[in-house]
Amino acid sequence: MFKYTLKRLGTMILTLWVVVTITFFLMHAIPGDPFTDQKRIPAEILENLKAKYGLDKPLVVQYFTYLKNLLHGDLGMSLKYKNRTVADMLKSGFPVSAQLGLAAGLFGITMGILLGIVAALNHKGFFDYFVILLAILGVSVPNFVFSALFQYWFGVKLGWFPVARWGTPYHVILPAWALGMRMIAFQARMMRTSMLDVLNQDYIKTAKAKGLSKSVVIWRHTIRNAILPIVTILGPTIATLLTGTFVIEKIFAIPGLGKYYIQSIQQRDYTLILGTTVFYSAILIFMIFLVDIAYGLIDPRIRLDR
Amino acid sequence: MENRDRLLEVKDLHVSFDTYAGEVKAVRGVDFHVDKGETLAIVGESGCGKSVTAQSIMKLIPMPPGRIKKGSIIFDGKDLVKFTDKQMESVRGREISMIFQDPMTSLNPTMKIGKQIMEGLIKHQNMTKKEAKERAIEMIKLVGIPNPAKRVEQYPHEFSGGMRQRAMIAIALACNPKLLIADEPTTALDVTIQAQILDLMKELQNRLNTSIIMITHDLGVVANIAHRIVVMYAGKIIESGTSDDIFFNPQHPYTWGLLQSVPRLDAANKEKLVPILGQPPDLFKPPVGCPFAARCDYAMPVCKEYYPEKTQISEKHHVHCWLQHEMAPKVKNPIVEGRR
Repeated sequence: MFKYTLKRLGTMILTLWVVVTITFFLMHAIPGDPFTDQKRIPAEILENLKAKYGLDKPLVVQYFTYLKNLLHGDLGMSLKYKNRTVADMLKSGFPVSAQLGLAAGLFGITMGILLGIVAALNHKGFFDYFVILLAILGVSVPNFVFSALFQYWFGVKLGWFPVARWGTPYHVILPAWALGMRMIAFQARMMRTSMLDVLNQDYIKTAKAKGLSKSVVIWRHTIRNAILPIVTILGPTIATLLTGTFVIEKIFAIPGLGKYYIQSIQQRDYTLILGTTVFYSAILIFMIFLVDIAYGLIDPRIRLDR
Repeated sequence: MENRDRLLEVKDLHVSFDTYAGEVKAVRGVDFHVDKGETLAIVGESGCGKSVTAQSIMKLIPMPPGRIKKGSIIFDGKDLVKFTDKQMESVRGREISMIFQDPMTSLNPTMKIGKQIMEGLIKHQNMTKKEAKERAIEMIKLVGIPNPAKRVEQYPHEFSGGMRQRAMIAIALACNPKLLIADEPTTALDVTIQAQILDLMKELQNRLNTSIIMITHDLGVVANIAHRIVVMYAGKIIESGTSDDIFFNPQHPYTWGLLQSVPRLDAANKEKLVPILGQPPDLFKPPVGCPFAARCDYAMPVCKEYYPEKTQISEKHHVHCWLQHEMAPKVKNPIVEGRR
């Protein structure tokens, strides 16, 4: 296990390096630079600005400078937000986004799995079709539509929850719900299919032939095997949720990370682009690592040490 | 005729499946019985209703779409057809056990072998975990798996195919059931392992006095294990008798066909294997007459019109065939003649 973790750590760092390299050169392939603006900046000032941020040096030199700083944990200054380091911005946005994402994930996964199980057990019954309908709705209706509806119903009409902004646990509920809808839909559909597949397996018949009660057959023999595919997609899903979403955070006026992903590219804020990308990749890679370990615990056929 | 040794009596069993295309009559009036300590083989080709019959006894067919339309399954004096799901739970695994065709898929891949044996013991025999584990180790040893204490801690993927089928037998026999139903237990195994599993079943039967229903399409498999044989075709029993009756004095042309398609080692001149040409009938609309008539070399006009009544050849030997009628032409029995 220790040896495996060490090996994985190596590949994780390698992956991260590849991501940084590709992002760096792609980013510089975009026409223009952070200081291209509607306002014409005098040439001397532009030169000074570029010199300040080291953008006047050859690309390769810039690349190695960035790598060197990255190894020291320095993500650099933002080129657009004055006097703010990228690390600083991530540090202030991430806890907010993570809190929202965690709430949405927890809600989405439990509800999704629960609905999927119930639907599979009620195969071709009313509830089964109800869940399928719900799943189609959840996947095809965009998040912002749910957001607006929830804000109107539960925020304005009923007044149960604050319409927007951030601060108390009450503020988390509406955006988390809106964000979790798609996840419920996705997980429910997936769990349902997986359950139906497992219920048709021979070993379920063996379990029944042992005289086990229906609930034991479902709980002990079906769900544990059916949940494997869900665990697989959990890594990327959670990574995406944790690092914030542009649309939901915008609609609910939540000071999360989401906006930086979009704005940094629009403004060609080089250090911020790299910073958010590195951050997202690191979390994604780490989540996948966690999932692999969880997989090994649930499914004995997967041996991590080998 | 009724006696205390009778363990299971299936009478006039009809099982159908309701599908979108209509009703599939998988089993159409089957009668047979199993005595204590006896091995009964149910033989027939794919789709003849033998597995459905077996699974109906344990009520393991999915209902719906399946349903037992008619008939009774008297086990130890009680009619299982009338049992509720809850009542069946105390029959399954305790009174009647089952092993399946494919040992590779019949064990739960995420549960230790020992635990899979223990489950039934804890449920049916009120054992503590510790007692159940000891019993599980005992069972693993009984079915001839070496190193039992270590093996119970392993998962199915660490077992070979033959070992898994042994483990299945251990699960099935853990609670000392009165009846073991083996649904093609050796079909998925290679030949040497087949023989080992059959020997094991035979040995355990002698030791534990369990009755066995062996379902198979391979007459070679039943030859040395079955006391009596029931031959099924298109959801009906067309011939039944002792092992000797079926192998040495078969009366139904379908049974002849089955025997002629089994390769023999003792054949002096190299006989050709004779296949049974054609397909079994569609069970959406089973024929009114003898279902085998369309493929039978000896078919007469009457065969297609009326189903033949049961003819008693000897005490235990019955056949449904118009050739037994006094007005039918005498035909040469290829099995009896061929053995001379």
